[in-house]
Amino acid sequence: MSEHNQNSNDSILKKPMTRRDVLRLAGTGGLGLLLGGSAVGGMFAAESHRKTEAAKVPSASEDQVPFYGQHQAGIITPAQNFICFAAFDVTASGSNSLQKLFQSWTAAAAAMAEGKQVGEESSNHNLPPVDTGESVGLTPSRLTITFGAGPSLFDDRFGLASKRPPAFKDLPSFNGEQLEPQWCGGDIGVQVCADDMQVAFHAVRNLARIARGKAVLRWVQEGFQRSTQADPTGSTPRNLLGFKDGTVNPDVNSAQDMNKVVWARGNDGAAWMSGGSYMAVRRIRMRIEVWDRSSLKDQENTFGRYRASGAPLGAKNEFDPVDLSAKDEKGNPHIPADSHVALARGDGSIQILRRSYSYSGGIDLKTGQLDAGLLFISYQRDLFKQFVPMQQKLAKSDRLNEYILHVGSAVFACFPGASKGGYIGDTLF
Amino acid sequence: MKYKVILPTSVLVASLLFSGCGQKENAEAGQTPAAPTTTETSTTPPADFTVAVEQYRTFAVEQCDLFVKETEKFTNAVKSGKLEEAKKLYAPARSYYERIEPVAEALGDLDPNIDARVNDVDAADWRGFHRIEKALWEDNTTAGQEGYADQLLKDAQLLRAKIETIDIDASLMVTGAVELLNEVSSSKVTGEEELYSHTDLYDFAANVEGAYKIFEILKPELAKKDADLEKEIGERFDILQKELDTYKKGDGYVDYTELKDDEVRKLSQNLDALAEPLSNMGKILGV
Repeated sequence: MSEHNQNSNDSILKKPMTRRDVLRLAGTGGLGLLLGGSAVGGMFAAESHRKTEAAKVPSASEDQVPFYGQHQAGIITPAQNFICFAAFDVTASGSNSLQKLFQSWTAAAAAMAEGKQVGEESSNHNLPPVDTGESVGLTPSRLTITFGAGPSLFDDRFGLASKRPPAFKDLPSFNGEQLEPQWCGGDIGVQVCADDMQVAFHAVRNLARIARGKAVLRWVQEGFQRSTQADPTGSTPRNLLGFKDGTVNPDVNSAQDMNKVVWARGNDGAAWMSGGSYMAVRRIRMRIEVWDRSSLKDQENTFGRYRASGAPLGAKNEFDPVDLSAKDEKGNPHIPADSHVALARGDGSIQILRRSYSYSGGIDLKTGQLDAGLLFISYQRDLFKQFVPMQQKLAKSDRLNEYILHVGSAVFACFPGASKGGYIGDTLF
Repeated sequence: MKYKVILPTSVLVASLLFSGCGQKENAEAGQTPAAPTTTETSTTPPADFTVAVEQYRTFAVEQCDLFVKETEKFTNAVKSGKLEEAKKLYAPARSYYERIEPVAEALGDLDPNIDARVNDVDAADWRGFHRIEKALWEDNTTAGQEGYADQLLKDAQLLRAKIETIDIDASLMVTGAVELLNEVSSSKVTGEEELYSHTDLYDFAANVEGAYKIFEILKPELAKKDADLEKEIGERFDILQKELDTYKKGDGYVDYTELKDDEVRKLSQNLDALAEPLSNMGKILGV
């Protein structure tokens, strides 16, 4: 106990991130890049540098994430400040209408990623404007729009049943979850992320408008994390429980790691998914009020990390290795075996790429408590070899379960990227 | 609330209607960026809508005649204390009004006088159908409604007299069709229009029928300009009508409270799916 406090106090006195942390990051491949979105230079947290950062308006190319490419943007793209996630159900019948929808969506998404308006603007005063207009004059804000197909898209409606990847289906039920239908599933999932909420919302709104008569919104969840303005150093973001979340994530700059962890291959079971990735989305409500009444010791033992520094219990710094065998002077493990970090890490053989955001949804009308938590998103090559075993373990014994509740769930097979002239989903049809 | 929201539209429609009245008004309409104006910005000679406009005027007058006739039956029932008969006549009489609502809305105070809901206007000014609706369903009586009944019939007759004077043009028809569906979107599909009688689906169906009539009249011209759009709108009218048909009961529709949440949502989504392409019908007006 005293040792824990000692450690926390030490790290409070320290700057959020030391030069050594940064160098280690650079060595292990820029986790800060994944989560913070600022350049490595920006991570040397000098006050003077902070000022120049703030004054600098990003150039169009820095502010723009290319839409077309081998992979869809928004997966290994460094996480933007905001998310607006939309799940759709297709109402049109027939594969033709579905194809047309993806073609229209692709054209609109590509334009919006460049900061352009949707469609050809006409000056006809007798017609409603083609684009809804709220992003006029705004920068692209690193907008990414990532499309995926839900398992239900492979039923008998569109003749796609034979195309369903064998290992792609709805998740099994996990211990303790209380899924609410209004936060589950969807024929199509669209992850929209941007450094500006209005830009992200604009994209979802216009995609929904384009889809009218072909697809309807099933659920929408907005989310946020600390912005790059609030943390120019790009340190690991904290979740709403106050702890750093996402310290351990594979290196998005390593093609080898991404091929191993994230990108599906043609011979994984579905040729059309080659270069795509499988997404798990969970809306995880946090029992904030209960958490806030827990002692610091309980909180830290729940995560297995120090709240202030993010370091594994018994270690000094955030990126110190998680040593599950390390023991205190009494011979007890520093990191409880049922802590979140111990279970999520396991033997380290299973990895996923996490890309989560916090959400706040007003208040729970029944209890008057805040409806807030985590919009967990992860990308992996195989849901049932990566996400499912990890989540089964967590659902069974994670100490954190006392403070969280999984209320929403969906999985989507995110298509490979499209090249100019093609469209998202063209490998499927 | 309703009137606060629709006021700009009414003003807009009115300015269109009377745009022929003087140079000054014309210029004002042209300065408003959002105003669908058929004058000044035209580069190609606009299509001739004389026949279409006459067809619509005939329809509007027909509906208005029936509206007065059916309203009189309703107000007579109210005045003679026939509660059940009045309840039965209420929604069908309103349907004639709902089909041509945008036209009525262009006529100043007539719409609030006939169709204001509670809280739409100051309590002292509240009259018309919904005032009587409250008495019939909530208080379960016709007592004290005689004055409102007389006023309502007078307002209906005034509408009939004034409708002859409205300068209907193609632009009013196009915006009117969308306006009818917007009416459904904002109050009928939510069950807010008929707070006491829950006869919202009668209004819903009538608004859609009114929009369909306009589409039907303008269809040949639209097919010339954009055949795909004409086909799409037609298909979506069919889909919505088929869905509405499943809620038919006798000569009318089921009580709004019988709808389940997901049924309301589906109706609303199908309405949005129709209103989106319908809002592009303005193509026929030229630029």
